Amino acid sequence: MKRLLPHPFLTLILFVVWLLLNNSIAPGQILLAAILAVVIPKLTTPLQKTHPTLRKPVLAARYVLMLLWDIVLSNVEVAIQVLGPLRKLNPGFIVIPLDTTEHLPVTLLASSISLTPGTVSVEVSKDRRHLYVHVLNLDDEAKTIATIKQRYEKPLKEMFGC
Amino acid sequence: MNAVTEWIVVALLLLGSIFLLVGSIGLARLPDFFTRLHAPTKASTLGIGGVLIASCIYFSFDQNGLSVKELVITLFLLITAPITAHMLAKAALHQDSPPLERTRNADLTATAKDRENPTQ
Repeated sequence: MKRLLPHPFLTLILFVVWLLLNNSIAPGQILLAAILAVVIPKLTTPLQKTHPTLRKPVLAARYVLMLLWDIVLSNVEVAIQVLGPLRKLNPGFIVIPLDTTEHLPVTLLASSISLTPGTVSVEVSKDRRHLYVHVLNLDDEAKTIATIKQRYEKPLKEMFGC
Repeated sequence: MNAVTEWIVVALLLLGSIFLLVGSIGLARLPDFFTRLHAPTKASTLGIGGVLIASCIYFSFDQNGLSVKELVITLFLLITAPITAHMLAKAALHQDSPPLERTRNADLTATAKDRENPTQ
């Protein structure tokens, strides 16, 4: 069983996503989805690193909802900044010291930062202890860093238990 | 499809288009590479999101069956957009694309380029 399905969760997701994209549950599509869902995880297993497992799914769901809401709010903010006078913009780089160095939480944090408008993750240091971020309008450096750590890094750390 | 759903679809389409337009305006207006990066990567989140949700509602009513593939497309966009932004920023660092003069902490690009820890 373990050899046939090295990543049962990935298999399930691939199966469901294939059927959703085709918007069909015809027998042919189910067969194709099943074949892809078994073959793709087997082919990609050598590429995968071991990741910490999700400890708190409820917290993860709440995090996603919070992130979606933040995306909406800050989209409006960036829209105003883009259309307003550009002289008032104060772009800047900041460094966020990271408390966790696991691949998955750092990747998710960097993606969250890029998704919420006004900030883009530029680079992460080799030891994954510092994340370089470009901010479109940097008013208070310390406050921006504290907000990101509190709002995004803390729940991410908590849900992976690291 | 009734009038209320039609209005909702129209509102979502308009909202999505407005944000896509703002993204394009930002791409044209903003002064340097790093600030330009903000506009289009963001427009794709809310702008495309709005258009896709509108499409989802329209086809769900039109074809008598929930159409959820738009939600999957939205999810793909949300996962891939930050990676695109990250790769573009990385490329800009290695091309030594100059940040705007008044950019704060512009010297951080030197250590960021080599993925070193900041020297502070």
